[in-house]
Amino acid sequence: MQIHKYDTVIVGAGGAGMRAAIESTKRSRTAVLTKLYPTRSHTGAAQGGMAAALANVEEDNWEWHTFDTIKGGDYLVDQDAAEILAKEAIDAVLDLEKMGLPFGRTPEGKIDQRRFGGHSRNHGEAPVRRACYSGDRTGHMILQTLYQNCVKEGVEFFNEFYVLDQLVVEEDGVKKSAGVVAYELATGEIHVFQAKSVIYASGGTGKFFKVTSNAHTLTGDGQAACYRRGLPLEDMEFFQFHPTGIWRMGILLTEGARGEGGILRNKDGERFMEKYAPVMKDLASRDVVSRSIYTEIREGRGCGPEGDHVYLDLTHLPPEQLDAKLPDITEFARTYLGIEPYTDPIPIQPTAHYAMGGIPTNVEGEVLADNTTVVPGLYAAGEVACVSVHGANRLGTNSLLDINVFGRRSGIAAAEYSAKNDFVALPENPAQLVQDQVERLRNSTGTERVAALRLELQETMDANVMVFRTEQTIKTAVDKIAELRRRYLDVSIQDKGKRFNTDLLEAIELGNLLDLAEVMATSALARKESRGGHYREDYPNRDDVNFMRHTMAYREVADDGTESIRLDYKPVVTTRYQPMERKY
Amino acid sequence: MATPTLEKNGTAEAGFADTPYITATFRIRRFNPEVSDEAQWQDFQISIDPKERVLDALHKIKWELDGTLTFRRSCAHGICGSDAMRINGKNRLACKTLIKDINPEKPILIEAIKGLTVLKDLVVDMDPFFQAYRDVMPFLITKGNEPTRERLQSPEDRERFDDTTKCILCAACTSSCPVFWNDGQYFGPAAIVNAHRFIFDSRDEGGEQRLEILNDRDGVWRCRTTFNCTDACPRGIEVTKAIQEVKRALITRRF
Ligand SMILES: Cc1cc2nc3c(=O)[nH]c(=O)nc-3n(C[C@H](O)[C@H](O)[C@H](O)COP(=O)(O)OP(=O)(O)OC[C@H]3O[C@@H](n4cnc5c(N)ncnc54)[C@H](O)[C@@H]3O)c2cc1C
Ligand code: SF4
Ligand code: FES
Repeated sequence: MQIHKYDTVIVGAGGAGMRAAIESTKRSRTAVLTKLYPTRSHTGAAQGGMAAALANVEEDNWEWHTFDTIKGGDYLVDQDAAEILAKEAIDAVLDLEKMGLPFGRTPEGKIDQRRFGGHSRNHGEAPVRRACYSGDRTGHMILQTLYQNCVKEGVEFFNEFYVLDQLVVEEDGVKKSAGVVAYELATGEIHVFQAKSVIYASGGTGKFFKVTSNAHTLTGDGQAACYRRGLPLEDMEFFQFHPTGIWRMGILLTEGARGEGGILRNKDGERFMEKYAPVMKDLASRDVVSRSIYTEIREGRGCGPEGDHVYLDLTHLPPEQLDAKLPDITEFARTYLGIEPYTDPIPIQPTAHYAMGGIPTNVEGEVLADNTTVVPGLYAAGEVACVSVHGANRLGTNSLLDINVFGRRSGIAAAEYSAKNDFVALPENPAQLVQDQVERLRNSTGTERVAALRLELQETMDANVMVFRTEQTIKTAVDKIAELRRRYLDVSIQDKGKRFNTDLLEAIELGNLLDLAEVMATSALARKESRGGHYREDYPNRDDVNFMRHTMAYREVADDGTESIRLDYKPVVTTRYQPMERKY
Repeated sequence: MATPTLEKNGTAEAGFADTPYITATFRIRRFNPEVSDEAQWQDFQISIDPKERVLDALHKIKWELDGTLTFRRSCAHGICGSDAMRINGKNRLACKTLIKDINPEKPILIEAIKGLTVLKDLVVDMDPFFQAYRDVMPFLITKGNEPTRERLQSPEDRERFDDTTKCILCAACTSSCPVFWNDGQYFGPAAIVNAHRFIFDSRDEGGEQRLEILNDRDGVWRCRTTFNCTDACPRGIEVTKAIQEVKRALITRRF
């Protein structure tokens, strides 16, 4: 075991982690621990754009953007945070341009902007061009640009280091962060990083679904590490199902395709979104479009022999426009489906896409231990966190924005904290939990296989807690997850070695997915209303009287060792927008 | 306007009808110094839908047959650059190569990319590759005061370097280059591609410095234009052309 000491440790090198690192490296001695090489992070898969009311192509302002974000989130958004997001968006985009990001340009040479779902002029009057983009490779360009600037700033990376535990100690009744424990993939060695401040930027958790746009590595490690140490997770029942994933594979086809004029059609060729969202049509918010697609499918208007998908039709758009604006996604259709999007519609279905919930933070990125108390020295930003700027449903292009705005804020705040505070003493045997976990898996002679359990988990999640949920389906999922958690104790791995043992890490990642799936299903069961991405067929309406509040889920361990989840609730911060019915 | 109809569904989806699984043999170059200093080939037979990716096959082997099989991967759709490997002797991303396209009648050969030290099975040491990248100063260099708004750039100027912005640093090009295999000093195509991305960006003012670096260590001159790199690039970047353009810029000092 090795012990390292850094002022600031950042967990994750996606957009949020690297944006934080650029700030914190200038101000404090910083280490970035990342399980992937930075440029392999899933921010690179983001396609469509990053929102900012630059007003480069038509009238726009940050106040409209704030309103759209709040309405898009079905009023579960903390409005003070949404204001910051929309206001700081403009500088966030300009900063990236100055760092070298090759944005698409207008004929005058300014940053070009395109339409995206849920973004409107003047509080819902008509779609507005607010998404700054670079073809359909916006996330790739953000990831590359941030990495380039990390190289420029000399950011110190520990690549292929998996953070598996968050060290929390209690001093005078206050929970504080002392550092993290990481596992080095190349050697199997365990490292303790003592740090004055820690920032989690470890991304989402989509791999508990089967059909998902998320990478294999998005297994919610950061959320699970904090949760296991008694810290709450906020709004985990809210997960976004993006309307247009490639049928069965889940690979994303950006909403930008509809922003460019693409149309969703059922088996009769009907543009069905006109029925569900007369003004915004195909560009209504994602939860609305995903439900509409499944309604078409359930009512027998789905396409294909099994009627289990619909079409994204781009055939009326000029090939030059597809080549210039949507080169990658048209290429995906060719590579993976053998379909030519110039002439044929693309079969799609909703795909599990984005975790609105996560580690609760305030607007400085400080992690909350309960509804009001911060954990000194602990920060989170990006998809792992819940600020909450996305509420019950995130608008497209607001996450690339979120990672830049709150990545930057947490990088500055954490480094300033490190400058003013001392190290917290490490607990005794800081690596104990990770050592035990690794040893148990290495020595297990159990009969369960990781891949089989993971598949069963994914299948139950797809079947029971996806776009439509009921008490009964969620209970089915809760029971199944409990069974899988029991069986997980009997999991064994074949690779017993130290070197690049990905067999072992997949087993650990599965443990994280199981914990988080349980939190998600339990939170969903208790929320007896429909709001944004959480749709209960047995409670189809939003219930502001009882549920205009954030869920806070805590892991409790009884004296006899039995674990349970305790749910609490946190008020939503409302500044100027009173909840209204959401229509598009 | 081409409105899809039921009839059209037929054509669009003809290729999707559930194809029968086939039995394919994957012959994989295994290496694990914890077990043996020698690398060896191992055959795995699996039953699989030929429209699946080579990555799906590797997962199937790892998850159902042999958990010790080791490779990198993340996004599974050609965006993150984790899984470049030699597939039937050619550098490819496993997640962008469909089994039906590589003749599954015969054993499919899978081995690590060349020119970088193999650490275990298909995993190579990427550090020298990223070091070469860092050496070319892959970031925008500007002088003078920053404008308050964005720097202006015409769509034509933006288009000038579009091709080389697509790079995902997968190393397929560099590890297909015979000069790189034999010469530790050569930057390799990927680093030059990333230098090109800035040299031809109208906003950048660091061209001279970067060209100096590329000139100094014979960085570009060793390229013998074998086009392996262009063939290997999963992003369709015209790698050889980019290298030629950098060479020309070195001679004319105009970019
Ligand atoms: C296909 C796709 C398209 C999208 N398109 C858009 C879009 O157009 N606009 C938009 O706004 N949003 C989009 N999103 C959402 C957005 O891209 C993501 O939410 C965002 O990029 C997440 O960034 P992040 O920095 O939080 O996490 P990531 O980029 O996922 O990075 C996570 C990092 O954490 C590291 N990590 C994870 N676990 C550990 C661990 N245990 N130890 C150490 N390191 C760890 C990883 O190595 C990685 O570096 C899209 C998402 C997807 C999947
Ligand atoms: S140029 Fe192409 S092959 Fe080379 S590293 Fe970049 S993406 Fe990979
Ligand atoms: S797994 Fe990401 S490129 Fe293949």
